Amino acid sequence: MILIISSQGADINSLVDPRFGRSQFFIKVDTDTNHCEVITNSGVNQRGGAGIGAAQIAVDNKAEVVISGNFGPNASSALKAAGITMMTFGQETSTVQDAIDHYKQGKLNSFG
Amino acid sequence: MENAKVLCITVASGKGGTGKTTVATSLALSLASQENVLFLDCDVEAPNGHLFLKPQVEVEKKAVILIPHIDMEKCILCGKCVEVCQFHALAEIGKSIMVFPQLCHGCGSCAWHCSSKAIKEIHNPIGILEAGLTQEGIRFAHGVLTISEPLTTPIIRQLKKWQNAETVSVIIRDAPPGASCSVVETLRGADFALLITEPTPFGLHDLKQVIGILQDMKIPGGVIVNRDGIGDSQVDQFLLQNHIPIMMRIPYSTKIASAISSGNTLLDVSSNYGLEFQALFQRIKKCVMEKEAC
Repeated sequence: MILIISSQGADINSLVDPRFGRSQFFIKVDTDTNHCEVITNSGVNQRGGAGIGAAQIAVDNKAEVVISGNFGPNASSALKAAGITMMTFGQETSTVQDAIDHYKQGKLNSFG
Repeated sequence: MENAKVLCITVASGKGGTGKTTVATSLALSLASQENVLFLDCDVEAPNGHLFLKPQVEVEKKAVILIPHIDMEKCILCGKCVEVCQFHALAEIGKSIMVFPQLCHGCGSCAWHCSSKAIKEIHNPIGILEAGLTQEGIRFAHGVLTISEPLTTPIIRQLKKWQNAETVSVIIRDAPPGASCSVVETLRGADFALLITEPTPFGLHDLKQVIGILQDMKIPGGVIVNRDGIGDSQVDQFLLQNHIPIMMRIPYSTKIASAISSGNTLLDVSSNYGLEFQALFQRIKKCVMEKEAC
């Protein structure tokens, strides 16, 4: 299963970023192999359409689940069309590692 | 006629609610008997000039931008259109290209770059333009942006081109508040900018932003201080130091406020305003002809 998590930093111990489109980084995790990859979000300073840009990143990286704080209307319609599951952080989710653990434990809520 | 050229004046302010429409409509009415006036309300997100000039709307037209329509039969999913779009209005999702009309700026890059000719540009209405004459013979036009549409500049651009005729001698454009793209578009092509401010720190702060735009665009301008008597002297000091003329002062008065709130203009408050605005117009004309940096 490939997860993409919005993150404020470039590693797994960074704090999660509650924003999807304007997130600094995305951490891509393959839960089968535990392999991680960092994706820099080029849309972070984009004037508009950052959510769609981020959704495109998720699609291009073949994500199956995207985890963030919230998803805007454009991003969510694109992700929905792509058949990608959207999930939101729980109250106790602070780092990217937490998000991965909470996902595996089934503690996260699905969005939309 | 010493100058057959049309004189175009944009009324702008920076801060909202300083009196742009009050001045623009009063100026238009004071010139109506001498000039062939075209009044353009370019505040397309909240047009209100019609409340004061009361035109009889005769014609209307849709304001549109061109957005891509993708023929999926022809599309080879190369992703070039997604890559070239600077506004993320397109996304390649699965076996299709999604179009987000509200993010599209209508630039046409996607269609230009499409090697399989799968993109056709179609009209996307974003608002309407309306025009008509007022009782005084002023040709009036305004744009009304559809609520939830984000792009103001295309509709302003279309409005500016629409009702202009050879017989027009003066164009008065009422700008939106602020100092963003829509104000720049309303200023573009103007011969003179009449800036309305109030003597408060807020008025001054936003006035400085618009003066910065005028300097970049090399448009001469002058200032009208409205609600004179309130606030402080910082606006006066700033204008004095920067050699920017104060062309008129309109006092803070409940009489004016109540006239405006009943849909009247300054000309209804006192007949002197008619003469004052005519004199102001002559001064602007002189300033533009002599290419003086006001």
